[in-house]
Amino acid sequence: MVGTVAQRARKRRGLLWREHVDAYVFLAPWIIGFLAFTAGPMIASALLAFMDYEVLLPPRWLGLGNFTTMAADPLFRKSLGNTAYYTFISVPLQVTASMFGAILLNQKVRGVSIHRTAFYLPSLTPAVANTLVWLWIFNPQFGLANALLRLFGLPPQKWFMDMNLAKPSMIIMSLWGIGGEMLIFLAGLQGIPELYYEAAKVDGARNWDMVRHITVPLLSPSIFFNTVVGIIGSFQVFTTAFIATGGGPQNATLFYVLYLYRNGFQYFKMGYASALAWVLFAITLAFTLLQFRLGRYWVYYETEGR
Amino acid sequence: MTSLSATIRHAEKKAGWSPARIALRVLLHLVLITMSLVFSTPVLWMLSTSLKPVGREFSYPPQLLPTTIVWRNYLTVLSAVPFGLWFRNTLFITIASLAGTVLTASMAGYALARLRFRERGFWLMLVISTMMLPGVVTLIPRFLVFKQLHWMDTFYPLIVPSWFGGGAFNVFLFRQFFASIPMDFDEAARMDGANSFLIFRKLILPLSMPVIATVAIFSFLDNWNAFMEPMIYLSSREHFTLAIGLNAFRGRYETFYALLMAASAITVIPIIVLFFFAQRYFIQGISITGLAGR
Repeated sequence: MVGTVAQRARKRRGLLWREHVDAYVFLAPWIIGFLAFTAGPMIASALLAFMDYEVLLPPRWLGLGNFTTMAADPLFRKSLGNTAYYTFISVPLQVTASMFGAILLNQKVRGVSIHRTAFYLPSLTPAVANTLVWLWIFNPQFGLANALLRLFGLPPQKWFMDMNLAKPSMIIMSLWGIGGEMLIFLAGLQGIPELYYEAAKVDGARNWDMVRHITVPLLSPSIFFNTVVGIIGSFQVFTTAFIATGGGPQNATLFYVLYLYRNGFQYFKMGYASALAWVLFAITLAFTLLQFRLGRYWVYYETEGR
Repeated sequence: MTSLSATIRHAEKKAGWSPARIALRVLLHLVLITMSLVFSTPVLWMLSTSLKPVGREFSYPPQLLPTTIVWRNYLTVLSAVPFGLWFRNTLFITIASLAGTVLTASMAGYALARLRFRERGFWLMLVISTMMLPGVVTLIPRFLVFKQLHWMDTFYPLIVPSWFGGGAFNVFLFRQFFASIPMDFDEAARMDGANSFLIFRKLILPLSMPVIATVAIFSFLDNWNAFMEPMIYLSSREHFTLAIGLNAFRGRYETFYALLMAASAITVIPIIVLFFFAQRYFIQGISITGLAGR
């Protein structure tokens, strides 16, 4: 039976109200989690950043004390520099390598799924185990890396134990972990209509032209996503350095989060560590916003044109 | 499709098996095989070293394959430290957080994709902003909260947060997937008197197995591989996870690479086994993670 117009309107309003209530029921766990484990801690850490808190004694208000300490702290500057070096070299390399890796893996050839597995394998390896293998590969006496250098008649290196090579060694190592980025690119590639290539081919375009003028522009949302996420991730690099070098030699791999960890959990300077965390947050946020701003000029979203 | 295969197909239509096409195919296979070997080297080298007798791993030139396979290293490792216990701890933490993540992240994703309410845009923005937040910002206060709750050296800090939203990225993945299901389905069900809970359980979730599998796999990997948080929260050996245990083991057997690699392999092998069994879902996961990049 169809009710009157008024009844139907009331029922509809009732349903909408129910949906509104339901939405909050469904969102409740996330909202509680957000307040308890993200927003609350962020406020707490913002307050702690202005305090001296060494766990055993009650917190003491410092004002800008932690930040002036930071400005004069050579290890803060060192760790920030190391992290910037690592991030700005490894992220572009990772994004480029993963894009070309994905293009390779997107070819229609026999056995490509085995290759996909092989390319993705190192990204599955737990960080601790992975770092231990690389310590072994980079072993100055018996490592695989030096065996390879010797094969080409090059002098052996000390890798992680050489203060000039420790960061590059970690960057090299990070290139084995690009499986996740490759997945994002593969999905992006699979969304490019083949028609475009066929049309370009008719117009006499060569392979490289097509990569430059079709593949790369249409992959720009994936490039953007991987760059943003890659920079946020690289700013937080920790486990590799913690296990492989402990920050050495001579603080060459003292990365920002490693320094933060030491302050928080080894020296128990919770206030100073919180201040460090907020500075990292501000830097990351600035880079993310900058990328969103710049992205407007080079990221091409196909849906806009539809 | 990428340019190269499109070109190949085009050439194929025009000329059949021309020498240039054969050369291109051979080159492509060679490049793929080389790259696959390069990418697999660390894991293969780990397995190969783990099967060499202790002391014999240091040979020059390096022996890619062990001449005699020794399983003893695995026994040595397993009797030196309680990897079995650590394995159970890791599995427990991983499964418990995985369940919470899949449940609560899918709930939030459902509300953000399919329920009509005024503040939806606001909450979605908040989820996306949280995705961009470096986890380390909340590290210290979270630690202090868990300490206040007397949760130190328990599994709670590693499991409980997963039951409250399961991470913004997972919420976003669920939302993106749910949003791609035609809205007519819900409308029809609602007209028949179904409420949101019924629609979620009987309609949306059964249609969403690929995204559930993807989130489950990523959550499994995250927790299995986690290092910093377990290290901060777990202090007694009986509560260690594999990752922390492996690091402790390494402290004692620093230079015994055959043993170290066997111990590492013990933490890696379950992941590889999972990968082979769940490969289909991994491949589906490719297109679903791609949703995040759009």
